[in-house]
Amino acid sequence: MTALCEIRQLAVTYRGQPASALRDIDLDIRTGERLAIIGESGSGKSTFARALAGLLPDGARVAGSLCWMAGHAPRAGRDIGFVFQDPSASLNPVLTIGEQVAEGARRHLGLSRRQGQAHALDMLARVHIPDPERTLHAFPHLLSGGQRQRVAIAAALAAKPGLLIADEPTSALDMVVQADIVALLDELVRDGGMTLVFVTHDIALASGFADRVAIFHDGQLVETGSTAEVLAAPQAAYTAALIASHRDLATPPLIREAGR
Amino acid sequence: MTLLDIRDLRKRYASGGRDVAALDGVSLTLAAGETLGLAGASGSGKSTLARVLTRLVPADGGTIHFESEDWLALSGGELRRRRAKMQMVFQDVLGAFNPRATVAAVIEDPLRIHGTVPKAGREREVAALLDRVGLPASYAARSIRDVSGGQRQRIAIARAIAARPAMIVLDEAISALDVSLRERILELLVALQVERGIAYLFISHDLAVLAAVSHRVAIMDGGRIVETGPAAAVTGAPQSQAARALVRAVPRLIIRQEDRNAV
Repeated sequence: MTALCEIRQLAVTYRGQPASALRDIDLDIRTGERLAIIGESGSGKSTFARALAGLLPDGARVAGSLCWMAGHAPRAGRDIGFVFQDPSASLNPVLTIGEQVAEGARRHLGLSRRQGQAHALDMLARVHIPDPERTLHAFPHLLSGGQRQRVAIAAALAAKPGLLIADEPTSALDMVVQADIVALLDELVRDGGMTLVFVTHDIALASGFADRVAIFHDGQLVETGSTAEVLAAPQAAYTAALIASHRDLATPPLIREAGR
Repeated sequence: MTLLDIRDLRKRYASGGRDVAALDGVSLTLAAGETLGLAGASGSGKSTLARVLTRLVPADGGTIHFESEDWLALSGGELRRRRAKMQMVFQDVLGAFNPRATVAAVIEDPLRIHGTVPKAGREREVAALLDRVGLPASYAARSIRDVSGGQRQRIAIARAIAARPAMIVLDEAISALDVSLRERILELLVALQVERGIAYLFISHDLAVLAAVSHRVAIMDGGRIVETGPAAAVTGAPQSQAARALVRAVPRLIIRQEDRNAV
C-alpha cells in the first residue's frame, strides 16, 4: 500500500506551553486504510489530527515533516474532511442545514446554488437523515445530537475528500447513537474508497473496524501495528494497560450479586 | 429495607412548541445499601428523573417516599436538612463551582450546611475525607481549577459522603473520565458502599459500567421504565427493544484468536 502521507519526527508545541503536545512522531498514513489514533486525555491524539489537517491554532510551533503523496499540502474541506467531537460547535446556528452541507461542495466543486442544494439533499440521504427534504431547510438546533453529527459528516464529505479525519466523533453522544454513527462512517468510507483517520479514547470501539491502530501516550506514539496484532500481543506496557482497563458485558462485575 | 419508593412519577416539558412527557409514570424502588443502575439513551428521561428526585425541578405528579417520608412535600429548612441524606454527583458537578474555590471549601460546605461536624473538627474531617477518596491532605489548599478531571470527581465524591448520606444519585458521574481512571472510581464507589451502606442510583448510557456495579438494572425509554431485573439478567437476556439496543451498543474488544496463537 502506498503512503498517502509520511510523517517524520513531527512535534507540536502550543503557544505559551512549556512542554510539547506531541513529539517524535513517525507514522505513515496508508492510502485507503482505516487508521485509529488511540489515546487518553493529554496523549496528543487530537493535536495529531489537527496537525494532519492543517488545523492547528495560530502560534503553534510545528517541527518535522508531513510528506504528502499528492505533492502538495491538502486543502481542508477539499482534500480532507474533518469531523469534530461536538457537532453543535462545528455547525453554524444561523445557516440552514442545506447551506452548510452545500458550502464545501459549492466552493470546491464549483457548483451553482441550485446544484449545491441538490448535492446537499443527496448527501443528507447518504448519511441517512430521516426526511432529508425537510431537514435541508431546517436549522441545527432542531436536530438531536446524533442527527447533528450526521449533518456534520455530510458537510465534511460534500466536496468528496479522499481523507476523512474524525476526532472523537461519538464522545458527546450516547452509546446507541455512537454505534449508529460508527456504522455510518464505516459504510461511507467503504463506499467512497476513502482513507479514514479515526481518533478515539476507546480501544474497543476502534477494534471493531480499524485496520491499524496507533497508540498515543503523553505526546508520543508508543505503538503502531495492525489492529489484530496489537490487540493480541501488545508490545508497549501502556497498550497492555489500556486493553486491561477495557470493560464490557463479559467483564466480571466489581460487586458480588445475589445469584451470581 | 426500602429506602426510596417512587410511584407513578410524571414530568412534562414544553420543547420546540410540543409538549413532551419526560417522565411518563415512573415507578421504582431502591433498598438501603443497594445499587440500582438506570440505563437509557439520550432523551429517555433518566436525567430528568435525577433532577426531579433531587428536587432541582418539581414533579407534575406521582409520589416519592425517601426514608419513609413524603419527599416531595418537604420544603424550606426541612428540605435543606433532609437533603444531607440524598447527595448527588454529576458528570462535572464541580465545574459549576467558583473556579477559585479551594478543595477544602468545597468539601467543608456540606459539613457546615448540615452541621455534621463542629467547626473545630472540620479541617481534620476534610483531611480524612480526602484520604478516603485517595487524595493527599495537601490538596485541601488547592483551587478547584488546578485539579484534574479524575481528581475532581474524587473530590465530588468526598463532598457527597461528607454529608453522611443514605443514598447518592450518580448521573453520568464517570462518563467524562479516561477509561483507565473510570475503573479506580468505580472501585472507590463500591468500597464506600460496603463500608458505609450507601445506596446508589447510578445513571449512565453505558451498560457495561452499570453491569460492573449494579445489583439491579432498570432500562428507561420514552419516559418510562421498560425493563427491570438483576444486572446479569438484563444484560444477558434483554427483553425490551431499548435494552437490546443498549446491549448491542457496548463496544467489545475484538481480539482474534488466530492472531493470538500466531504470535
